[in-house]
Amino acid sequence: MKLDAKIPEGPLSEKWANHKFKIKLVNPSNRRKYKVIVVGSGLAGGAAAASLAEMGYNVSCFCYQDSPRRAHSIAAQGGINAAKNYQNDGDSVHRLFYDTVKGGDYRAREANVYRLAEVSTSIIDQCVAQGVPFAREYGGLLANRSFGGAQVSRTFYARGQTGQQLLLGAYSALSRQIGLGQVKMYNRHEMLDVVKVDGHAKGIIVRNLMTGTIERHAADCVILATGGYGNVFFLSTNAQGCNVTAAQRAYKRGALFANPCFTQIHPTCIPVHGDQQSKLTLMSESLRNDGRIWVPKDAETAKKIREGNLEPNSVPEEGRDYFLERKYPSFGNLAPRDISSRAAKEACDAGLGVAKTGLGVFLDFRDSIIREGKQTIKERYGNLFDMYQCISGDNPYETPMMIFPAVHYTMGGLWVDYNLETTVPGLFAAGEANFSDHGANRLGASALMQGLADGYFVLPYTVGNYLGEQGIAAAGKVTTDAPEFEAVEKDVRGRIDRLLSIKGTESPRSFHKRLGQIIWDECGMARSKEGLEKAIEQVKALREEFWQNVRVPGEADELNPELERAGRVADFMEFGELMCRDALMRDESCGGHFRVEHQTDEGEAVRDDENFAFVGAWQYVGESEAPTLHKEPLIFEAAKPSVRSYK
Amino acid sequence: MKLTLKVWRQKNAQTKGRLETYVLDSVSKDSSFLEMLDILNEQLIADGEVPIAFDHDCREGICGACSLTINGIPHGPDRATTACQLHMRRFKDGETITIEPWRAKPFPVIKDLVTDRSAFDDIMQAGGFITARTGSAIDANEIAIPKDDSDYAMDAAACIGCGACVAACKNASAMLFTSAKVAHLNSLPQGKPEKDRRVLAMVGAMDEAGFGSCTNYGECSAVCPKEISLDMIAQMNRDYLTAKVKTFFSQKSA
Ligand SMILES: Cc1cc2nc3c(=O)[nH]c(=O)nc-3n(C[C@H](O)[C@H](O)[C@H](O)COP(=O)(O)OP(=O)(O)OC[C@H]3O[C@@H](n4cnc5c(N)ncnc54)[C@H](O)[C@@H]3O)c2cc1C
Ligand code: FES
Repeated sequence: MKLDAKIPEGPLSEKWANHKFKIKLVNPSNRRKYKVIVVGSGLAGGAAAASLAEMGYNVSCFCYQDSPRRAHSIAAQGGINAAKNYQNDGDSVHRLFYDTVKGGDYRAREANVYRLAEVSTSIIDQCVAQGVPFAREYGGLLANRSFGGAQVSRTFYARGQTGQQLLLGAYSALSRQIGLGQVKMYNRHEMLDVVKVDGHAKGIIVRNLMTGTIERHAADCVILATGGYGNVFFLSTNAQGCNVTAAQRAYKRGALFANPCFTQIHPTCIPVHGDQQSKLTLMSESLRNDGRIWVPKDAETAKKIREGNLEPNSVPEEGRDYFLERKYPSFGNLAPRDISSRAAKEACDAGLGVAKTGLGVFLDFRDSIIREGKQTIKERYGNLFDMYQCISGDNPYETPMMIFPAVHYTMGGLWVDYNLETTVPGLFAAGEANFSDHGANRLGASALMQGLADGYFVLPYTVGNYLGEQGIAAAGKVTTDAPEFEAVEKDVRGRIDRLLSIKGTESPRSFHKRLGQIIWDECGMARSKEGLEKAIEQVKALREEFWQNVRVPGEADELNPELERAGRVADFMEFGELMCRDALMRDESCGGHFRVEHQTDEGEAVRDDENFAFVGAWQYVGESEAPTLHKEPLIFEAAKPSVRSYK
Repeated sequence: MKLTLKVWRQKNAQTKGRLETYVLDSVSKDSSFLEMLDILNEQLIADGEVPIAFDHDCREGICGACSLTINGIPHGPDRATTACQLHMRRFKDGETITIEPWRAKPFPVIKDLVTDRSAFDDIMQAGGFITARTGSAIDANEIAIPKDDSDYAMDAAACIGCGACVAACKNASAMLFTSAKVAHLNSLPQGKPEKDRRVLAMVGAMDEAGFGSCTNYGECSAVCPKEISLDMIAQMNRDYLTAKVKTFFSQKSA
């Protein structure tokens, strides 16, 4: 198989315009003859479903929550980037493009990133038109803040609830289309497989989570916008239901999975409280605009703080190591996520960690409260401070916050070409579910941008192109009576029956926890050949144990959250192995992928452009066989790879 | 901590439910309320029983999925806090806690603590939007919006659609939910063109879904995890009256 990214001809800045001109269109009166399935109602899926429906396509949209408004995009706090240059500080499409490619440590495809930067400005326009209440200045114009990895202020925000407001915008557009009958919404439905007919994606099999009924849905093409797979680590900032199921099943039906080992560990999360923990909570990166990150200079002081024998505030200035400011003076506390996370880990490994577990560093607002006043800080971060206090029991206006890195985002995902189409024709992937724009590390405030770019401004064109190429005669041809539906449905039922019939002794959650521990230890912030090889064996063994000893209570034909969990954990078990394999294959350090074998004396990541400037895309070839690696070479014309320095 | 839990168990919408009693030991005071339920569920699975179904997803107070009535109060005892953000340090060792689903006719129980809140989506579909076709927008800074207006819209838009307001209201009124969306959109210049249609359609959908009327108990705002203010209801009532009067006259002149 040869991977063809279908990058349009011409200079970077003209590719998208040229492409839009050349691609096939579907005439407005023909659009209603096509049906499009959108799995996911987050920013990517919600925006795509609403936009395609507005254009006249018949859309069916699916989500596992009880309402499309609850997709996990809702939880994004900090903001969304756009190259508006409203601050007159030198921003431009080219700079946003460059920052994103560099931030991704030169492992993203230039053409896609350029398009993302290009459409970013229209996203803000669209959202404001929908009534998204972005923060404003007294003059009534839009306000901006800065985010990690950038030296301009290009992040738009709505208090600490930017994702919520953007999603409610997309949800309102979607709701309008549901009301008009142009979108049929399926809440509490989980997609469990993709159905291919003559090699093209023509439908899905879903389980109605309320009744347990297995349903078939046919369409002219399928879009997966099912979010990220961070929950493979068990503990992450993702919602409880976030999963890899849709992507993993698509992978097993022939879609290639790209860069699965590229995961992001976010530096500012609330530290783990203990082994009853079910999730981790992010403290928005925007806090790093005003908070200073430090640990005590000596281990003795750190120990006293851990044991509660010393107040952090009483550590004198000369006893504090503001390690990001020291190591990266030009970016300081706003160094990119991968770098900041690793620096915090190093400090804790050196015994300088605070928090009871020793796994925490301070994020201190003392100086900014003195400088700006408590009121100003409250206006900027009030809800985040409240949330911190609610979870930790400490008041961050008075004592420094404690933070520690946590799994947050997955750059890897289904491989897609420039049209966001996977290697299965007619199967598209958007938002966090694809791999396309962030390389080995995502910059803050860029995921919301990408989700909405894919949904509002890319898919409406490229899906039309695919449908146009298929021709109007093909519209609505495939129905659920096709034998292919029968076969896939049988597989889905078989898997559910098998899960319920094991009747072992260990719960799905317990298996999930054990899997997460392996992945976190060996495929987390630091990875090594030895560790990864061990992890692959451990995951395999655990998977076997799972299929012999999992206990799934309840029945198939009812609301059964444990059955849902078991299915997701089973997929994570398969996927976890793929992730470790990818990390093992990538014998270099880049972005969030840090191989201990490849670092400078100062502990900075060392990339190997000669051998690894490619996208690693994996093809499933069978249950008991190792997947096949395909390489998409990355060619950099405009953003020449250099050592990524934030010093 | 050791706790006694009285939990509403109901197999499905057709069967009758009842409170069951469970005892839990060794819950950490740093755990969240839902983590405490996880522990109980793990114990039930180990004992060969069916675990308790409850809605939850983000576990950080923003998705609006969690929906537990704790000791009679939607989302429990803490002000401005969803059930998922409630922490066990709030309770005493040895305490008995009662956990029930939302109690409101328009939100029927699906199973145990899970209810069907799709009536909220119906209200949104009737008019909770600004018609803005993708790609047709003007530059975002073309219209200046006074910061106070924008802040007010944001206060209203903070609603997470959990339904606690309905569950707390004796009449099962959805006025706070509906008015928050109306206030958000009607207060912005972009929302003005559809102002009247919106309020009429949304109030209509609310009545049709069987939500009760508002008799100013104020319980809704008291339990709201996002502290949506009762002013939103007053604002919606004004918008509704204006719209009604306008349609009355436009029908007359037509
Ligand atoms: C706490 C947090 C804070 C963040 N803050 C920021 C930020 O400030 N700025 C930024 O740019 N990014 C941020 N991110 C990242 C960003 O929010 C996400 O990457 C982005 O919102 C993902 O959008 P999505 O549409 O791809 O997926 P999601 O919003 O996760 O939506 C996935 C959808 O797919 C559905 N789904 C999943 N699986 C199935 C299935 N099997 N069957 C049926 N339906 C399914 C779900 O129901 C849901 O509707 C943050 C992420 C987190 C977790
Ligand atoms: S689980 Fe999302 S608000 Fe409680």
